[in-house]
Amino acid sequence: MKKKIILTEDEIKHIARLANLPLTQEEINKFQEQLSEVVDYINKLNKINTDKVEPIAQLTDLVKVYKKDIQSSERSLTQEEASKNAKAKKNGFIKTKSIFNL
Amino acid sequence: MEIYYLTIKEAIGGLKKKSFSALELTKACLQRIKLIDKKLFAFLTIDESRAIEKAKEADRLIRKSTEAFRTKPLLGIPIGLKDLFTTKDLRTTAGAKIIKDYIPPFDATVVRKLKEAGAIILGKTNEDAWGHGSSGENSDYGPTRNPYNLDRVPGGSSSGSGAALASGECLMATGTDTGSSVRLPAAFCNLVGLKPTYGRVSRYGIIAMASSFDTIGHITRTVYDNALALEVTAGNDPYDATSSSIPVLNYASFLEKKIKSLKIGFPKEYLVEGIDKSVEENFYDTIKIFEKLGAKLKKVSLPHTEYAMACYYILVPSEVSSNLARFDGIRYGGERNLFGAEAKRRIMLGTYTLSAGYYDAYYLKAAKVRRLIKQDFERAFAEVDVMIAPSSPSIPFKIGEKIDNPLQMYLSDVFMCPVNVAGVPALNIPSGFIEGLPVGIQIIGPHFKEELLYQVGSAFEQETKFYQIKPEI
Repeated sequence: MKKKIILTEDEIKHIARLANLPLTQEEINKFQEQLSEVVDYINKLNKINTDKVEPIAQLTDLVKVYKKDIQSSERSLTQEEASKNAKAKKNGFIKTKSIFNL
Repeated sequence: MEIYYLTIKEAIGGLKKKSFSALELTKACLQRIKLIDKKLFAFLTIDESRAIEKAKEADRLIRKSTEAFRTKPLLGIPIGLKDLFTTKDLRTTAGAKIIKDYIPPFDATVVRKLKEAGAIILGKTNEDAWGHGSSGENSDYGPTRNPYNLDRVPGGSSSGSGAALASGECLMATGTDTGSSVRLPAAFCNLVGLKPTYGRVSRYGIIAMASSFDTIGHITRTVYDNALALEVTAGNDPYDATSSSIPVLNYASFLEKKIKSLKIGFPKEYLVEGIDKSVEENFYDTIKIFEKLGAKLKKVSLPHTEYAMACYYILVPSEVSSNLARFDGIRYGGERNLFGAEAKRRIMLGTYTLSAGYYDAYYLKAAKVRRLIKQDFERAFAEVDVMIAPSSPSIPFKIGEKIDNPLQMYLSDVFMCPVNVAGVPALNIPSGFIEGLPVGIQIIGPHFKEELLYQVGSAFEQETKFYQIKPEI
């Protein structure tokens, strides 16, 4: 059976950019084929009429879950704990790439 | 029998009678890991020195009084934790290379509860990275092998947990189940695996895959052990707003109840094309055993079954793409190009189904279909107490068999994902062997009726005792 190519190469590149995923050309080619096959499969939902069905977001009938607005020392991390896994640090702060002037 | 093959119940009996110490039990498991884990690759990280220290501490408590088990029901029991479980000061990788050196500064709620219950944490088990997979082959560190046949997959994504427990490397192991990941390794490794009701066990500190699907379960050798562990892990947690306040029961007390006259349904849509003949035969044999035990078997219908996988593979990748967005290499971990192929695929798919112009066609549509699937289960449970179904349409497959075809790999969970779409609980129990390989069935119940699963599972286990068959390794 010939595989349907539903997603174009440009679409794959666009999705990768939205997802902040650097892909190699090899990955782009592979994902174009594999994701097209999966998208073709999930398109079968179009066969069901859902005009009168409300979407559902949660399953166990919870309503309005609140928590007390108090500071919990149990869950607080020290600056050292919170930053200990960061690769780039300066003066106890986490260094990031510049986000302005890109 | 070697002490590393004991059930938790037997091990606690032995510890109370001083037949062996917690230290001896822990060392027996650690020795077992050293001896065979090169073949299986079930563990990613071993925490030997802390495990030994904790075992000595357990022995001191037991020497003081055997009453210690009242407040610490898992005292001295060596366990493995899936590497999605955040463990304070113990490397947690999610089976992924992008966070290969992440040392968490806190414990997941379930980890804290297991520690407080006295369990000895031996280490972290291998898994499909982020829980994405059905075979264990998507681990960025290498696949885990099935102890019953090293050329076969142990089932995933909690692959290391299944293989470790089946081969005597621990007495219990934890897992997460978003689409099959506790039940499939349990089925492929001759074990009892619980996917609890969504919200029954706190998700706090479990690295998130798909937040409206993720459930936190565990794998044990027997139904009793499983019930005992759920009494420890279940319950409301203020740190997880979706965790339920419904009271936690004394689950182990339901095991002696008979199942005579209980109504057990089996979904007719699960017994059609695509299921191995031998698996189907095994399932009909299983039905006969339940009939012999006095249960009333009845065919039921889940009419939207055909659409469940499509619904799942829209909603889950959508949530995955959102959850994995946090791995940006700034606060911890490396750059995003380090994601494995399957994580990249799911991030891409989810980004597509959530993106402008496609949200209504995919995500919203699937959220509507999800309601229809949930209603299917509700209607079925108006007719029967529980349902049973094969856990997998096939026997444990060969390593490499499906790795190049993601869609085929996804469809190996066709009997399991609908359960997560509906959020109901299910328990895999061993149902025998085909060509020397374990197969299982799942018992599926209404929301928050885990006790019924244990009652039904225990009756079947008492009759069949498949758990006594150990792998030769």
